[in-house]
Amino acid sequence: MHRLFQHAATILVAILLGGLLGATLVRFAPGYGVDEQELDSRLSNASIEALRAANQPKENLAVFYAHYLWRMAHGDLGNSRTLNRPVRQLITERLPETLKTVLIGVVLGWTLGLAFAIPVSTTRVWALDVGAGLITGILLCIPAAVFALLFVMARAPARLIIALIIFPKVFRYARNLLVRSAALPHVLTAWSKGLGSTRIFFYHVLPSAGPQLLALAGVTISVAFTAAIPIEALCDLPGLGQLAWKAALGRDLYLLINLTMIVTVLTLAANSVTDVVSRPGSAA
Amino acid sequence: MKWARNVAIAFLLVIAVSSLLAGFIAPSGYAHQFRDLPDSPPSHQHWLGTDDLGRDRFARLLYGTRVSLLLAPAAALIATILAAVIGGSAGFLGGWYERVIMSATDLFLSLPWLFLLITVRALMPLNVSPITSVVITFALLGLLGWAAAARVVCSDARTLRNSDFILLARANGTSEFRLVTRHLLPNVIPVLYAQFWISIPVFILTEANLGVLGLGVSEPLPSWGSLLRELEGYAAMTSGVWLFVPLFLFIAVVSCFEFLVADREYAA
Repeated sequence: MHRLFQHAATILVAILLGGLLGATLVRFAPGYGVDEQELDSRLSNASIEALRAANQPKENLAVFYAHYLWRMAHGDLGNSRTLNRPVRQLITERLPETLKTVLIGVVLGWTLGLAFAIPVSTTRVWALDVGAGLITGILLCIPAAVFALLFVMARAPARLIIALIIFPKVFRYARNLLVRSAALPHVLTAWSKGLGSTRIFFYHVLPSAGPQLLALAGVTISVAFTAAIPIEALCDLPGLGQLAWKAALGRDLYLLINLTMIVTVLTLAANSVTDVVSRPGSAA
Repeated sequence: MKWARNVAIAFLLVIAVSSLLAGFIAPSGYAHQFRDLPDSPPSHQHWLGTDDLGRDRFARLLYGTRVSLLLAPAAALIATILAAVIGGSAGFLGGWYERVIMSATDLFLSLPWLFLLITVRALMPLNVSPITSVVITFALLGLLGWAAAARVVCSDARTLRNSDFILLARANGTSEFRLVTRHLLPNVIPVLYAQFWISIPVFILTEANLGVLGLGVSEPLPSWGSLLRELEGYAAMTSGVWLFVPLFLFIAVVSCFEFLVADREYAA
């Protein structure tokens, strides 16, 4: 219970601090109060001055932050300047698409990673180890955005990209962990007593490596959300990543800050769940 | 695997020297537009052909490599220095200071990296010059990429703080400044060195992601990110394999960095 409370408090602090950081960034950014319409060469000097006067900051940071928190507590995340719609509405529409992409990618990435790591660590065949190491090494060197471009060219399903990003990370971590667990004294004792390899793996190796493997789940969710930006932007998937990209290009800070906050909270929640699940004894 | 390490180092050196000598190897420069030769295939004059504006792709590849290979280590240096100051001070001082700093670092680590980066990038002024955009992009990478390294440095500094030789020096009345400069810092340097090398490929990959999204280095200055962006166009499907040369070079360079990092970790 204490651990659950600790995680809830961490998420609350993240929201408060993230909100303060976000409000500070928005309020004091060099571009605050600047509209890209100012670059329109057709506008006269008087029109540009009028535009600047209309966008001038009217409140100090404390008031700005208080208003920001108050609105957020009431479910009002402000309006998107570029899309001219409430941020909450935009997020509600696009969140399921991103969650679907992330979930499929994470599940598939883990399946692939473990499907390679288990035979490599149990059989210890040199060629298999080197081959898998080479494939994952190359995959680790390709940015998510390039994967997205290649998938568009090949007309391949974009949701698989996250799996290709997560797979090498899971494989490397799981492989090392399983090899280390297989060398533990109690596993060696089990071998010497003549237990079967399947029984040793499921009863001795996996329980030792399991909690640490679960801890990686939270990290992979964060990686998946980060990769969602280039993938959704370049493959035209209408999710939060595409929204963040459009907001960045349009300098829509309200939208960007809120998106960052929401993804942070989702990541923290995923980390908390994996932490509680991987250490069930300490959660009580 | 010493031969493989030597090959990786030699390859990186050749690429780095070629990019530094870009002005001699490709005298046309990265911005010169051959207006009568847009989208031309490879020739004796243009080894990798030209892009849709008639700019020499080979020259742009060399200059782009120079930008990424010079500035990624610079960003890694900023991140490592920040990690040393923040993580080192937390680990050495301990107590509530360490708890507060490490909680903040954990919170920072849970922030989605690319979301944060594009948010801060979007805060920058609207019309910046290409050089300023390069500096902003890599400075942001350095300023936002310290957290993971800080955790490692903190852990190392904490171990050193509790070590016998530091306790002995403290018992002898050595000042805190001398403890840090003479005893702590020399022992933390190998960790900082490792973190510096680990950060370089991470920053190269992140810049490439930003560049492909159009949020990295501004045109006409090339970087690996903006060069890889060419794969987005229709030309990528109709042109030959030469359009993929920047991608092959990118993978080769990042692989070499990753290999050197893994080799160092294995050796340690």
